Amino acid sequence: MSPVALGVINVFGVLLVALTLAAGLIWVERRLLALWQDRYGPNRVGPFGLMQVLADMIKIFTKEDWTPPFADRPVFVIAPAVIMVTVLLALAVVPVTPAIGVVSLNIGVLFFLAMSSLGVYGVVLAGWASDSKYSLLGSLRAAAQLLSYEVFMGLSLMGVVLIAGSFDLRSIVAAQDRIWFVIPQFVGFVVFLIAGVAETRRLPFDLPEAESELVAGFHSEYSGMKFGMFFVAEYLGIILISAMITTLFLGGWHGPWLPPIVWFLLKTFAFIGFFILLRASLPRPRYDQLMAYGWKVLLPLSLLNLAITAAVVIAIHGGR
Amino acid sequence: MLSQLRTLWLVFLHMFRRRVTVQYPEKKPYLPPRWRGRIILSRDPDGGERCVACYLCAVACPVDCIALQATEDEHGRRYPASFRINFSRCIFCGYCEEACPTYAIQLTPDCEMGEYQRQNLVYEKEDLMISGPGKYPGYNFYRVAGLAIAGKDKGDAENERPPVDVRTLLP
Repeated sequence: MSPVALGVINVFGVLLVALTLAAGLIWVERRLLALWQDRYGPNRVGPFGLMQVLADMIKIFTKEDWTPPFADRPVFVIAPAVIMVTVLLALAVVPVTPAIGVVSLNIGVLFFLAMSSLGVYGVVLAGWASDSKYSLLGSLRAAAQLLSYEVFMGLSLMGVVLIAGSFDLRSIVAAQDRIWFVIPQFVGFVVFLIAGVAETRRLPFDLPEAESELVAGFHSEYSGMKFGMFFVAEYLGIILISAMITTLFLGGWHGPWLPPIVWFLLKTFAFIGFFILLRASLPRPRYDQLMAYGWKVLLPLSLLNLAITAAVVIAIHGGR
Repeated sequence: MLSQLRTLWLVFLHMFRRRVTVQYPEKKPYLPPRWRGRIILSRDPDGGERCVACYLCAVACPVDCIALQATEDEHGRRYPASFRINFSRCIFCGYCEEACPTYAIQLTPDCEMGEYQRQNLVYEKEDLMISGPGKYPGYNFYRVAGLAIAGKDKGDAENERPPVDVRTLLP
């Protein structure tokens, strides 16, 4: 097959699989949450309730797509698209297997960080354009939270980059041939995991939404498919962060016996499950606790991790 | 931090607990015999209808969902010409059953009365009547209370006690 055709298949394959998984995660999350709350969850529509996703999609597509009269219309419309586009673009650099993966950038890690930073715009613009106090409060929180956790998210990755000696995600995976980076970079792994939860605005760090305080936070005024975009983008974000953890710390597609794609999906799904378990078990912290935890614990920790890793790398390789 | 990890672990273990959900339409929950559900009109052991159309249930009903029309047969026995219960209003309080002097109106352990059209929740007499005596198998009101017929008043027959003068029971 020609490389162009392969590329096209790759692009649309990854897009299709990612979107289908994101929609399917709605069902997965509900079933898993139910499992951990001694219930069954949706199990009526179709086999195991799988068709629930389809029913939800039909519902959300046929809902009234209402723009409040007080909203800033162009920005209001563009905000969900911004979130969706940035998450999908970030997914493009994830190397699934040696053969599958949309692009192989030599600055893959930086591109991922840049895209997740741009994602903040979607949240902030959504809250701003809604022109309602809950949305604005939610987006203010989101801006502060995402910008702070962005910092140590980037710093925690630098240890991996130092060891692998590359920003290219494929070389990082290749560098984990013998030992997964979760072992030498355990602190970085933990910090990245926590920052990742905060970046996807998932519980327990869902303060931008915080149903019990802010109605639905930054997307309070959204309905219909625009709300659906936020919803799907959130699940895409979970997939993205899980895939990134797998790529950066758990050796990507590496693993014995099974084919690479199976290993990659297994690891990714383990983390998706962990994200849902977090939601099932932990309460939401107060906002000042969130900020203090980030700046006073995670930032020094990641800086220390970076400094020690750098020292060790220099000691071994004698400074390249 | 440690307590949070412990929480995660304990919640994870809930995976292996017994489910509390009852899979309803397949597995029916047990409804006790005194459950206050769908209202029925019962019959005597010998097949006659118990209701004497005294209107006490309609009066007792707090939401006015019972409507009936009394009439008499050729012997002067009262019975309802029509009996209508609007179940979209009924709150299943059971006051009608308590008010009924003849055990005619009874609440049953059946709650599956869903309808797509509201009008279908209005039950007429033929929908309410059942063929049996309901919760009181051997009971016949007139066997207990006596019955006045032509030439014989209550308590006048052989081996029949005169009826209790209810005024003597008043406080």
